[in-house]
Amino acid sequence: MTGWLGPLLVERAIRLCWLAPLAAVGLFILVSNAPVDPIEAYVGARTALIGPEQREAIAAAWGLDQPATTRFVLWVRNVASGDFGDSILYNAPVVTVIMDRFPASLLLVSLAWLLSFVIGTGLGIVAAMTPGSRVDRAIRAYAVVLTSSPGFWVAIILISIFAVGLKMLPSCCALPPGTTTAEATFWAQGRHLILPVVALSVTGIAPLVLHTRARMIGFLESPPAQHLTAHGASQRAIAFGAGLRHALGPALTVHLAGAGELFGGSILAETVFAWPGLGQATVRAATGGDAPLLMGIALATLLFVFVGNMLADIAARLVDPRLRWDKSR
Amino acid sequence: MSLEIRGLGLSFRQHNGRRLEPLSGVNLTLDAGEVVGIVGSSGAGKSLVAAAIMGLLPRNAEATGSVQIDGAPITKGDVALAPQGIDALDPMAPVGRQLTRFARLAGLSADAGRRRIENIMQQVQLPAPVLTLYPHMLSGGMAKRVLLATALIGRARILIADEPTLGVDPATADQIMNCLGGLAGPERAVLVISHDLPRLLGIAARLTVLKDGRMVEVCPSEHFRGIGERLVHPFTQALWQAQPVAVSA
Repeated sequence: MTGWLGPLLVERAIRLCWLAPLAAVGLFILVSNAPVDPIEAYVGARTALIGPEQREAIAAAWGLDQPATTRFVLWVRNVASGDFGDSILYNAPVVTVIMDRFPASLLLVSLAWLLSFVIGTGLGIVAAMTPGSRVDRAIRAYAVVLTSSPGFWVAIILISIFAVGLKMLPSCCALPPGTTTAEATFWAQGRHLILPVVALSVTGIAPLVLHTRARMIGFLESPPAQHLTAHGASQRAIAFGAGLRHALGPALTVHLAGAGELFGGSILAETVFAWPGLGQATVRAATGGDAPLLMGIALATLLFVFVGNMLADIAARLVDPRLRWDKSR
Repeated sequence: MSLEIRGLGLSFRQHNGRRLEPLSGVNLTLDAGEVVGIVGSSGAGKSLVAAAIMGLLPRNAEATGSVQIDGAPITKGDVALAPQGIDALDPMAPVGRQLTRFARLAGLSADAGRRRIENIMQQVQLPAPVLTLYPHMLSGGMAKRVLLATALIGRARILIADEPTLGVDPATADQIMNCLGGLAGPERAVLVISHDLPRLLGIAARLTVLKDGRMVEVCPSEHFRGIGERLVHPFTQALWQAQPVAVSA
């Protein structure tokens, strides 16, 4: 039954072995050619107070006096021994910075993923039950509006309604100001999650609605569904029985493969809501010329997207037996 | 128990506003214990008769005439159909799960359903391990028998088999036809739609011949013999004479 899983994992492991170094080279070229001067970014407003000798000293301390190729070889050698270097901005090892912030982002992204999956597929199924009806048209219109609304804009609208106007929910951060994780109640933390999660989930919903709807309508008109109908099954029973696998399976695959997009969206959402996650750190690292952190985050994101795609492949095979291949058979 | 089809006709509304009448004036009587066949060339409307009885017509179709069992309209579970195409099997569910769906539709409890499925599997001569297979793992003959099994699970009084031997090797075709022949009983009648005239004649008492959506002949199976001298319509005679085995016999 799961004879296909082993070979799939091996194949993906091999793929990661050449994909990661290739991505690292590309990233390094991009980062080292970025128009941001790391020293200038570091010095900031004190730029007039610092002389050329000091600048040279900083450059030497960071290794910026070496040519890019030498720096890359050094970086690769360090990474191979598990050292991703130190973040310039956070003054801490890159791995520590990422590990500190990744859980907050993961929480945000996975809740948004789950929320958009439930809403997207749910609306898709409801729309498919009565294609062409007023309900169906309303749901499709909603999906079109959602697709055309940028996530950060939705975030700002949500803040202006629920935080500024109604004063129901906090507009920023993961915790009430001045508290630590240990002090804050579960509800206080949950309240801070609501707006960012809703804003982030918005982008993922529309494709799911349309995808699920199309798949479900396709199945309800297919010979297997007709065969069941002919023997007395109601449309509802078919949709929620045999139809779920046909409609939700592909939706699950699409949504898992789209997890990377969600991760990208979290950069915007975290910025708008001042969420202390990896997205916020990405923006700081990029604008502050923090090359080691940027490289670390980019590789972590690569791994995240890679795992998301792999899970999508596994889910597709679990749902649809025709996609499984088993060399032993 | 008897199925009465009177003046069955179909009319499709087309995009250009014209109407297409692929079927008209079809009469058919089917009594318990009987096996009756419908023959005719491709496109004669054979499968449409089955679709009309099952209520599986496309949205732009209009049916005329009446289909009744003992003078009353057909109700849920009265008629079961083993469709022609094996694409009627759900590609994402193993055979056992699909048969269970039909057992549930027939109102059987989980336990009774399991026993019934076991029974039916023997009847259509499929080994139990087939239950765990997915449709894409089945041979054409196995898939045909699984389709037949889906139709047999409920205790429908009328069983319709649409081209049950299409695309199946001769030995399996014999098996399937014999199985169908044995299904008629005091509580059940069988209607077989087929191109397979020789095998159909082996089990059916009467045949209805369709040509271009019209009935051209209804006759007992004995009329199909020799060079077809007892057959009335030239089309039926041509159909019979086109059978290589039959003519030499």
